[in-house]
Amino acid sequence: MSAIISLAEMPPGEKGTITAIQGGQGLVRKLEAMGIRAGKEITKVSEQWMRGPVLIRHGNTQVAIGFGMARRVMVSVSEHGGAL
Amino acid sequence: MKILLMGNPNVGKSVVFNRLTGADVISSNYPGTTVEFTRGCMKIKGERAEVIDVPGTYTLEPTCKAEEIAVRMLDEGDVVVNVVDATNLERSLNLTLQLLKKKIPVVVVLNFWDETKHTGISIDVDKLTEILGVPCIPTCAVTGEGIKQLVESIASAKPSSYEYEEKERWHEIGNIVKRVQKISHRHHTFLETLGDASVKPLSGLPIALAVMFLTFKIIRFIGEGLIGYVFEPLFENLWTPLMLKLSAVLGSGGFIHDMLIGKIIEGGIDYGQSFGLLTTGLFVPFGAVLPYVFAFYVALSFLEDSGYLPRLAVMVDTVMHKLGLHGLSIIPMLLGLGCNVPGALSTRILETRKERFIAATLMAIAVPCMALQAMIAGLVGKHGVKGLGIVYGALFIVWIILGTVLHRIIKGQSPEIFLEIPPYRLPYFRGLLKKIWIRIKWFIKEAVPFVLLGVFIVNILYTFGIIQFVGRFTAPVVTGVLGLPEEAVGALVIGFLRKDVAVGMLVPLGLTLKQLIVASVVLAMYFPCVATFTTLIKELGIIDMMKSAAIMIVSSILVGGILNLVL
Repeated sequence: MSAIISLAEMPPGEKGTITAIQGGQGLVRKLEAMGIRAGKEITKVSEQWMRGPVLIRHGNTQVAIGFGMARRVMVSVSEHGGAL
Repeated sequence: MKILLMGNPNVGKSVVFNRLTGADVISSNYPGTTVEFTRGCMKIKGERAEVIDVPGTYTLEPTCKAEEIAVRMLDEGDVVVNVVDATNLERSLNLTLQLLKKKIPVVVVLNFWDETKHTGISIDVDKLTEILGVPCIPTCAVTGEGIKQLVESIASAKPSSYEYEEKERWHEIGNIVKRVQKISHRHHTFLETLGDASVKPLSGLPIALAVMFLTFKIIRFIGEGLIGYVFEPLFENLWTPLMLKLSAVLGSGGFIHDMLIGKIIEGGIDYGQSFGLLTTGLFVPFGAVLPYVFAFYVALSFLEDSGYLPRLAVMVDTVMHKLGLHGLSIIPMLLGLGCNVPGALSTRILETRKERFIAATLMAIAVPCMALQAMIAGLVGKHGVKGLGIVYGALFIVWIILGTVLHRIIKGQSPEIFLEIPPYRLPYFRGLLKKIWIRIKWFIKEAVPFVLLGVFIVNILYTFGIIQFVGRFTAPVVTGVLGLPEEAVGALVIGFLRKDVAVGMLVPLGLTLKQLIVASVVLAMYFPCVATFTTLIKELGIIDMMKSAAIMIVSSILVGGILNLVL
């Protein structure tokens, strides 16, 4: 069982697979250049209070991305995983 | 021959550059340390070759201005040395494949090779070389491993015949990685656990506070220790007797005597008040400022190389958004605490004009450089910590309020943070020493002549009564609004040249604590020193710099006036 939620909604510590980036060409390219693209398995390391940046890890790379961008990155997570 | 060093941000291009050219370029453990092209020279088989350190880029499809420039550079180069983070092969190959397609000779450098071992990565270099069709050299640039092989392969570099379908690039990269890289499972290392803890809000906030507190303590400890135990005794016991002899030789008076030695106070030399070129002129930069500058760069260089700064950027991001900036703008602010010039240069890591304007203006107004701080600490600190607290508190409040206001009134975009967070690394000791030395050398070469010039001009201004003259017609503001004596205007005149000399000029005036606080805050805010001023004109353009300067003058009078009223 899996659900698709945005990176912003995903609980810290969870793993998931990126399914889509809902944004313009610019955003997609920017994220892609850092290796963040559909099909990638990522872990959400942390999020900050008050809609602060979200930190994700994939492979050996860690990237901090703004909350607004994180809302556009859709991730498929397994439902037994934790939040609910 | 022109050699371009290209690669993702923070893969060690500048370290490779230093190794190849023997130059001294600052490198740190965060993306965006290099904001300018740096050119250097090396010999390859007896022939001179130019090496260019290109700022980091993730892709040749430019997503920001820095990347656009990097791509344009490509037409100039004869050979590209593509520096790659061996622990991030997949992401790095994206740029590598794009470079190969340009059909220019490429050498791939697999840097951080030492780190692949403890991160459980093993890469088959021979196979990678075979697939890409260009030499691949494993290196550890900070220790110099592999650099010799790199130099040898540059001479024989050829374009690759590797071909791929543009649409299939990521797929292609995936295939290559699958064939050459093996990852074995391993446990989290201590540094990784610490890395995670420093970006989670509950643990990250106390860590940030602890780091800042410790940094402050270390700077004070080293700075005060050097002044109290090394520099002051040196000046008192060795330099003073020499100067007194010289004073006697020069006849204890006259123009040359006053220029070199200054006033003799109670039969001796008072480094705060004599104001001769060889007395105060040397004591200010070496006896008062250099110890703190050294202490600051020890602490900053360690923070830079450890990889903590990008994590701090994440922690302060939310606050910085209120000022129209994002977390990464903490870098210009921190660099500005050392010297405003590198602070101003580093605003280039920000993307939009709005961000750069706000960051540069806030830094120039509310971030006092170490030279100024050292002098303020000496002068105001004599009256206890409270006065210093008010000076720093006032500047911090100005920083917050002014940032909030500028964010509201300046049109333009404030993009979100998008920043790669490098792993924590134990700073390489010799690299650290070299970096501190580069910065000290820069201080001695760039700052000390200005201090001497400042002291020289002070003497000229007083001899010809110019300060008294200017003091009379600026009295309404200086005396009326700020509550300072007329002579204090001399400090404001000299502050344009060097702020440490300006604070030094306040010493003989015998100001009250309140006046010292007002004068310190106003001196910090009212205008940047000439070195920062010229840098800001280059970075912001003359029109934006004029706007920024107007903001500085108005807000410094406003804040100085308020402090004069409420204290």
